Amino acid sequence: MVYIKAFLVGGVICVIGQLLMDGTKMTPAHVLVTFVTSGVILTAIGIYEPIANFGGAGATVPLPGFGYALGKGVIEAVKKDGILGIFTGGIQATAGGVAAAVFFGYLMSVIFNPKTKK
Amino acid sequence: MAVKRLGSQTILLKNPPSIIATGSIVGPKEGEGPLRNYFDVILDDDLKNEKSWEKCESKMQIDAINTALNKSNLTEKDIDYLFAGDLLNQIISSGFAARKLAIPFFGLYGACSTMTESLSLGAMAVDGGFADKVICVTSSHFSTAERQFRYPLELGNQRALTTQWTVTGSGAAILSSEDKGPFITHVTTGKVVDPGINDVNNMGAAMAPAAADTIVQHFKDSGFKIDDYDLIITGDLATIGKEIALDLIKKEGFDITSIYTDCGIEIFDNKKQDTHSGGSGCGCSAVVFAGYIYKEMLKGNLNRVLLVSTGALHSPTSVQQGESVPGIAHAITISNKKD
Amino acid sequence: MKNINQKDYKDYVDGIVPKPTYFKNCIWAFIIGGLICTFGQFITELVMKYGLNKKEAATATPIILIFLGAFFTGLGLYDRLGKFAGAGSIVPITGFANSIVSPAMEFKREGYVLGVAARMFSIAGPVLVYGFGSSVIVGIIYYFIY
Repeated sequence: MVYIKAFLVGGVICVIGQLLMDGTKMTPAHVLVTFVTSGVILTAIGIYEPIANFGGAGATVPLPGFGYALGKGVIEAVKKDGILGIFTGGIQATAGGVAAAVFFGYLMSVIFNPKTKK
Repeated sequence: MAVKRLGSQTILLKNPPSIIATGSIVGPKEGEGPLRNYFDVILDDDLKNEKSWEKCESKMQIDAINTALNKSNLTEKDIDYLFAGDLLNQIISSGFAARKLAIPFFGLYGACSTMTESLSLGAMAVDGGFADKVICVTSSHFSTAERQFRYPLELGNQRALTTQWTVTGSGAAILSSEDKGPFITHVTTGKVVDPGINDVNNMGAAMAPAAADTIVQHFKDSGFKIDDYDLIITGDLATIGKEIALDLIKKEGFDITSIYTDCGIEIFDNKKQDTHSGGSGCGCSAVVFAGYIYKEMLKGNLNRVLLVSTGALHSPTSVQQGESVPGIAHAITISNKKD
Repeated sequence: MKNINQKDYKDYVDGIVPKPTYFKNCIWAFIIGGLICTFGQFITELVMKYGLNKKEAATATPIILIFLGAFFTGLGLYDRLGKFAGAGSIVPITGFANSIVSPAMEFKREGYVLGVAARMFSIAGPVLVYGFGSSVIVGIIYYFIY
C-alpha cells in the first residue's frame, strides 16, 4: 500500500512539473527552483506535512520534498536553538543530500566522459 | 560608380567566378540521412580521435578544405584568400583551422547564414579582380553548439517540437576566376529583420521573415522570374520556418511552392531520425550545397539554383537579457551558364 | 517587404507551431516519476529494516538516489530516460543529481577548477540558493511568530 501511495503522489507531482514545462516554456532550472521554493512555503504553512505523511517517498523524493526537508529542518531548529536555528536548520537537515551531490557529482565527472545525443 | 549593382540589394557579377571544386564532411547522424550518398566523408563518431568536440569541428574544416584542394589538384599556395566562419564564440573553429593553413584569412560571422556570406564575399573578391582563387568554408557541430547555446548533453531535458538539430559537418568550395562553372552570377545581401521572436527553440520562425525579405528582394532586383530557377533552397528554416517563409513570399505576390525547399529539411529524415523540426547550423547549408546541390548541378539535373543561407543573430547572453532573435539571410544565384 | 507587426506575427506563429503532446508527456512523467518515487520508498523501507530510524532513513534515501542519478548520468543513460520521461526524471532528486553531473562532466576539458567545479552548479546552484534562501526566511518568520 505504501508503494502505491508513493507511486501516485510522486507521479502527480511530476505531472505538475511536466505541465509547467510544456504549458509555460519554463526551463528545467526554473521548474526545479519553483518546486523547491514551493516545497519550503507549503511546509511552513503546514500543507506539505500531511502530503508527506500520506505519500511517503512519493512526496519526499521529488524536489518539493527537498523543500519540505529544508522547511521542516528550519522550524525544528528555531524551536530548539532559537535565532541561530534560522541559519543552521535548513542546511543541517539537507546536509547529507547536498554533500552527496557534490561528492558523487565530482566523482562521476572525473570517471566518465560525456557522450553526444543520439 | 557601382556599375555592377542591380536594384537596392543585389549585384550582378560581370566576371562570374566558377566553383571548381567542393568538399563536404559530415557526422554520423547526417551520414544516415537522405543525402548520405552526396557527402565526401562521413565520420564514424563525432569526436574523430580529437580531445574535444571543438577540436573536431576545426579539424572538419581543414578536412573539407583539403578534400576540395585534392579534387582540383591545387595546394594551399594557389589560394589567395580563405573566407571562413562558424558558430562558436570568437569563431575559434575557423581561426584554428586557418592556423594550420598558410592562406590569408577573413573570419566571418553571420550565424547560420555564414556559408552564403562567405560565398558572396569570395565571389566579389574574384569578380573584382582581387583574387584568382579563394576558398569559402563554414562548419558547425551538434555537440559544440549544444553546449554553447543550450544545455549540457547529458542533461535529461526534453527538446521542444520546434527545436532543430545542429548539423555536424563542414562544407568548402573553391572559387576561381576561370573554368567552366557552375558560376556564381548574382549576390543578394540581406538586411537584418527582427520579427520579435523570443523563443530560442523556434529559430525557424525567427529567421523566416529575413529569408522571405531577401528572396522577394532578389526577384525584384534581378528581374528573374520564378521559372528561371530549378531550385530555391533556404539554409535552415526547417519545417515551421519553411511554411512561414512560403506564406510571407506568397503575400508579396511570388508563389515559389513548386521549386522551394530547405536544407534543414532535406538533410534529415525528421520522423526516423528524431530531429523534430529539422537541421540547422552553418554546416547545414554548407554540406547540402557542397554535397547535394553542387553535384546535381554538375550532372545537369539542376541548372540554376538560389541558395539562401539563413542565420539567427543572437547569443545566450542576449536571450537571457530578454532580447528577441534577429534574423538574416543572404542569397546567391548559382548557374551552369554565365548568362 | 512591408514591416512586420511583431504582435501579429507572434500570434500567427503560435497558430502554426505544433503543440506539445500534453497527454503523452504527462503519462510518461507520471509513470517514470511514480516509479522513481516507488523505488525511493523501497530504499527507505530497506534501510529501516537494517536498523535506521525514520529520520536517518530520510537522510539515507536521498543520498542513495543521488548516487544512482549521478551514476546513470555518467553512464550516459539518464538523458535518454529524460527524453521520454521529461519532468518524471527531472523533478525527483535523481534529476537534481543529473543537473549537477551533466555540466560538470562536460566541462572537464576546461579544467577541474574552472571547468568541473565551477560549472557543477550552473543549474543546481539556483535550486540551492532559492531553497536555502527561502528556508532562512521561513526561519525568521517562524522565530518571530514563535
